[in-house]
Amino acid sequence: MQRDGAAFWRLLSAQAIGIAVVALIALGAFAALLLAAGKNPLQAYVDTVVYVFGNATGFAELLVRMTPLVFTAVAAALPARIGLINVGGEGQLYMGAWLATAGELALQNHSAFVLLPALTVLGFVGGGLWALLPAILRALRLVNETISTLLLNYLAPLIVSYFIFGPWRSPESSSYPESPAFVDAARLPTLFHSRVHAGLIYALVCLGLYWLALGRTRFGLQMRAIGGNVEAARRLGIPVMSYTLVVMFIAGGVAGLAGMAEVSAIQGRLVAELSPGYGYAGFLVAWLAGTGAGGILVMSFLFAVLGSVGDMLQITQNLPYAVINILMAGILFIVLARRPIGRAVS
Amino acid sequence: MNSALLIGVVASSVMSGTSLLYATIGEIVGERAGIVNLGLEGIMLIGAATGFAATALTGDAYLGVAAAALAGTAVNLIFAYLVIGRHANQLATGLTLMFFGLGLSALIGRPFLGTLIAGLPKLRLLGLGIMGNPLLSFDVLVYLAVPAAVLVWWLLFRTTWGLGLRAVGENPVAAVAAGLSPSRLQYQALGLAGLLGGIAGAHLSLAVTMTWAEGMTAGRGFIAIALVIFAKWNPLWAIAGALLFGGAESLQLQLQAAGADVSPFIMNMVPYLLTLAVLIAWGWRRQGAAPAALGRNFVGVE
Repeated sequence: MQRDGAAFWRLLSAQAIGIAVVALIALGAFAALLLAAGKNPLQAYVDTVVYVFGNATGFAELLVRMTPLVFTAVAAALPARIGLINVGGEGQLYMGAWLATAGELALQNHSAFVLLPALTVLGFVGGGLWALLPAILRALRLVNETISTLLLNYLAPLIVSYFIFGPWRSPESSSYPESPAFVDAARLPTLFHSRVHAGLIYALVCLGLYWLALGRTRFGLQMRAIGGNVEAARRLGIPVMSYTLVVMFIAGGVAGLAGMAEVSAIQGRLVAELSPGYGYAGFLVAWLAGTGAGGILVMSFLFAVLGSVGDMLQITQNLPYAVINILMAGILFIVLARRPIGRAVS
Repeated sequence: MNSALLIGVVASSVMSGTSLLYATIGEIVGERAGIVNLGLEGIMLIGAATGFAATALTGDAYLGVAAAALAGTAVNLIFAYLVIGRHANQLATGLTLMFFGLGLSALIGRPFLGTLIAGLPKLRLLGLGIMGNPLLSFDVLVYLAVPAAVLVWWLLFRTTWGLGLRAVGENPVAAVAAGLSPSRLQYQALGLAGLLGGIAGAHLSLAVTMTWAEGMTAGRGFIAIALVIFAKWNPLWAIAGALLFGGAESLQLQLQAAGADVSPFIMNMVPYLLTLAVLIAWGWRRQGAAPAALGRNFVGVE
């Protein structure tokens, strides 16, 4: 953790230049691929720049897109600090959204002063419990957390679908089932007259707490000890098992907040297609950032820009949104090739 | 359960188990050489899309399978270069490969959305033909799946190449001391894994669904990775695992078709819950048997 402000910014700008170079190479290669497929990616690039940086609405959309990535990146980065691999942000996001929705259905007669804190807590708990299961399995040395968190990613959306196609199905929904619309008091407020919502503040608070806790507290020190050498940490009397459980619960909770913000602020109801892979993208954001808080902020922003390019390709070039994953993977491939000894999350 | 339903369940278990088996034995080869590939899902998607596109363009499903195998190998060699040649983190590279496969397959498959193909021809084998049930005739990839698993087992456990490959996965330093080249063996292992992963995807799009849909593998790549642990890194056990999981999937489809009053979403959870239960059971009995150097990059000998 870099404590000297000036040095921190120097490091950050050096990283930013490196990333910019990599992004340019990847953008070029991706453009060549799409040109070969008879599409015009350059138009999409121009459209993206004009849309995203040319007006307030476009920039606001970028912040909206960035919000869940900050959450899921913290959810991957925090366990990585003690050598745990949480690839389950996707499932944790869905379960946070699920429990928050259950809360909305139960408490919708209350005022916003009750509803919003309750939904926030429930979103956190939903994601946290979903991450606690792999943590327990790991602590008991039964199942490796990488594989269990991955598997749980496939269960969570099925649970959500079961509820919105079944008990929670809104009578008004037709071919695309969804839960009944949230009452106004259960909607997170939006900011600056845009779609940017209070979830962004939650995300930045989470990121700030992550940075503070790791750099400036006893917990951060103990976590570093565990991440460095588990056996040594155990001999020092650090409760490794408690850390495993608590850290995973908190990480899952942070991913759960992404789901809560998604249903409460963006969708206003529980839907089946809640996330286009935010959990996985967040893992890669955390990895690219070397689990540093500043890096997470920069990388989430970059991924959000890529998402906008994906939108443009879909709208103007009639390509599937998923195609943007080629560009994202291309950037990561170059970074992976350039950074032989990968830091953290390993 | 009447006999028609039983035959239906058996036939569709075999169909859905086939793709899992190819993918699982491929991942076993890679992991035996010490490399975890979380990008298997992406490889399968590329195999499914490429195989479908080649079949739709040429009208020959066998060419489709060949194209899928080739594409799977080629893309897995990108992964191989990064983790072997550049010592990149295996998990991050694997997940990136998954995203890459998701994107590239969407691009390849885009022109073929809604295209209809004849699919892999069903062949009647003599022994099964006697039973005279058309439900029990399968495509060539089904018939070759178990022999492929046995062949991979033989390669791994009965040849010097396999011995060397397993040595690299257990202790690369000792392997070097024995005069082996870990990186060459790992490239070969991942090439073979990519070939099998591509075929696994092709079987889904060319024989099971006979259409292309974005993300159609729906997590089977990750189930295959879990099956590797279930199979204790042994291709012969993988046969049992793939059949069991294929069975769970097909039973669910048959029950739905029979109009059972169970939510399809609950039924869809079964394979994942089963995987988790099996992993817990193995963990409980401490029957890991993972290659000792699994997931760790070999960066050379001092």
